[in-house]
Amino acid sequence: MNYEAVIGLEIHVQLATKSKIFSGASTAYGAEPNTQACAVDVALPGVLPVLNKEAVHMATKFGLAIDAEVAHRSVFARKNYFYPDLPKGYQISQFELPIVGKGHIDIELEDGETKRIGVTRAHLEEDAGKSLHEDFAGMTGIDLNRAGTPLLEVVSEPDMRSAAEAVAYMKKLHSLVRYLEICDGNMQEGSFRCDANVSVRPRGQQEFGTRAEIKNINSFRFVERAINHEIERQIDLIEDGGEVVQETRLYDANKDETRSMRSKEEANDYRYFPDPDLLPVVIDDKYLDEVRGELPELPDQKKQRYMDEFDLSAYDAGVLTGSRELADYFETVAAKTGDAKLSANWVTGELAARLNKEEVEITDSKVSAEEYAGLISRIKDNTISGKIAKEVFDAMWNGEGSADEVIESKGLKQITDTGAIEAMVDEVIANNPEQFEQLKGGKDKLMGFFVGQVMKASKGKANPAQVNELMRKKLNS
Amino acid sequence: MSLDADDIKNIAKLARLKIDDADVADYATNLSNILDLVEQMNSVDTEGVVPMSHPLEVIQRLRDDAVTESNQRDDFQSVAPATQDGLYLVPKVIE
Repeated sequence: MNYEAVIGLEIHVQLATKSKIFSGASTAYGAEPNTQACAVDVALPGVLPVLNKEAVHMATKFGLAIDAEVAHRSVFARKNYFYPDLPKGYQISQFELPIVGKGHIDIELEDGETKRIGVTRAHLEEDAGKSLHEDFAGMTGIDLNRAGTPLLEVVSEPDMRSAAEAVAYMKKLHSLVRYLEICDGNMQEGSFRCDANVSVRPRGQQEFGTRAEIKNINSFRFVERAINHEIERQIDLIEDGGEVVQETRLYDANKDETRSMRSKEEANDYRYFPDPDLLPVVIDDKYLDEVRGELPELPDQKKQRYMDEFDLSAYDAGVLTGSRELADYFETVAAKTGDAKLSANWVTGELAARLNKEEVEITDSKVSAEEYAGLISRIKDNTISGKIAKEVFDAMWNGEGSADEVIESKGLKQITDTGAIEAMVDEVIANNPEQFEQLKGGKDKLMGFFVGQVMKASKGKANPAQVNELMRKKLNS
Repeated sequence: MSLDADDIKNIAKLARLKIDDADVADYATNLSNILDLVEQMNSVDTEGVVPMSHPLEVIQRLRDDAVTESNQRDDFQSVAPATQDGLYLVPKVIE
C-alpha cells in the first residue's frame, strides 16, 4: 500500500533575554551549576513570579512576523507535574489563551514551489532545569540555572507531508527568529529544540493515523533522519498487522532509531489551571503598532527585493536570504562592488562552498565582506579572470593579504597587452601547425584547444576574450 | 459526577500524596461532592461572559529585562539535604 506521512512540529525557541522570564536571574549559558538560580527559580516558599517585559516584546514580534493574531489578553497557566528539574511542582506556561494565535510560515519545496504551513499557536513558558544522572552515588544531580529561561513554544499544524518539508519549515523558522533577533539559534546549546508529531495514513485517506511524538531532536540532520526512521517504523508496523500506539519516543542519534519513552495515557494529566500568581497580560493596539514598526525586513520580503532590485534568480535570492548574516554580507559586497549579480554569484559560489567545506559560519568567515568585495572588484575591472580569482581567494582565506596584495605579490595580474598575447598566440600556432590547418578547414572544435593552450602558456593570466579575438583574426588573415 | 477508588488513587499519585487505603472511600465522597457542586454551577447560562482567570480586575505589570539577582547558591544549599559539586542531589529519577 502507498502511505502518506503527516507531520507537525513543536519548536521551543529560547528567547534571547538577559534575565529569566519570571525572575531577575541571568540566562547566560555555561555558568557554574546553580549560580544563576535565584529564590524564584529554586521555588523557595513565598516567592512570586514577575513577568519579563522583553519576553512579551519578543513574542509579540514573532506573532506579527508570521501574520498571526497577537492576543490582546493572554493568560499564564500552571502545568502540573512532579519532577525535580522544576521544584515548584509545575511549569508556568500558557494553555487556553496563548499570546500568539494562528499564523503561517511559507516554505520552499525542492521543486521550487511554495507551501504554506499553518502555525496553530505560540505560547510563552519557562524552561526546566537539567538533571544529571551519572555518578552521584545513586542519586540524581540537579542544576537549576536553566529553570525559568523564557521559551516561546511554536506549534505547527499537521501540514507537513515529508521529513524534507519538516526540515524546510524548521530552517525557515530558525532563520526567522534570528532575523527578528529574538533567539540566538544555537542548537548545540539547546536554544532551538524540536519535537515532532509523526503519523502515517494510506494515501487518499482523510482521517489521521495515530501519532507518536519524537522528543528533543536538536539538529536539522537528525530531524530528517528521526522522522524518516519513524515513518518507516510505523509503516512496517501497520504492514505487519500491528497498530501504532500514541506515545512519546526518543531519538537515539548513535543507533539511528527511536525508542519508546513513556506512553501518553498514564503519564500526562497536567491539570492546567490559570496561575493565580500572575495576572492577565494585556496588549493594546498602540503597542502592536509600535512593535510592527520595529520589525526588520523579513526573509521573504528581502528575497523578493533581491529578485526585483538585483534581478537575481529565486534560487540565489533564497540562498542569500537564508540567514540574516549572509544577507548582510552579500549586501555589503554588492554595495562596494556596484555589481549585485556578480557579487551574488561569488557569494553563493566560491565563498559558500568554502564555508560549507570548512564548516564555518558566515560570521566567522576568514575573508570579510569588504575584503571579498576587493576581490570581486578586480574581476569586474578585468585585472584578473574568474579562474585566477579562485587562486587569489585561496590565498586570502589563508591570510596572505588583501586581493590587491595577493595579485601583486604573486604576479597574477591579467595580461591585457595585445602584443604580448599575440606573441603567445603565434607561438602556439607555430607549435601546432597541423591542428591549425584543420581549424582553418572548418574543424571549429579546435578553437577551444587553441584558446586553452594560450591560457596555459600565460599561466591563466591572459584575458580569454582577447585570446579569442586574436585567434579569430589569425584565422581570417 | 462521581469519583471511584481508582480515580482517588490516581489523583493521589499525580499529586505525590500518600494516602491510607482506609480513607479512600471518604475522599471519594468528599471530592465527588465538590465536583457535583461544580456540575451544578455548569448549568448556569454563561453565554457572553468572558471567563475569569483572576478575581481582580487588574492586569499584569511587567518587569524590565535586567539581571538583578546575584549568586546565593551557598545560602540556598546550606538548607538542602544533599549537594555535590554545586548540584542539588535528589533520589534517582529515571525516565
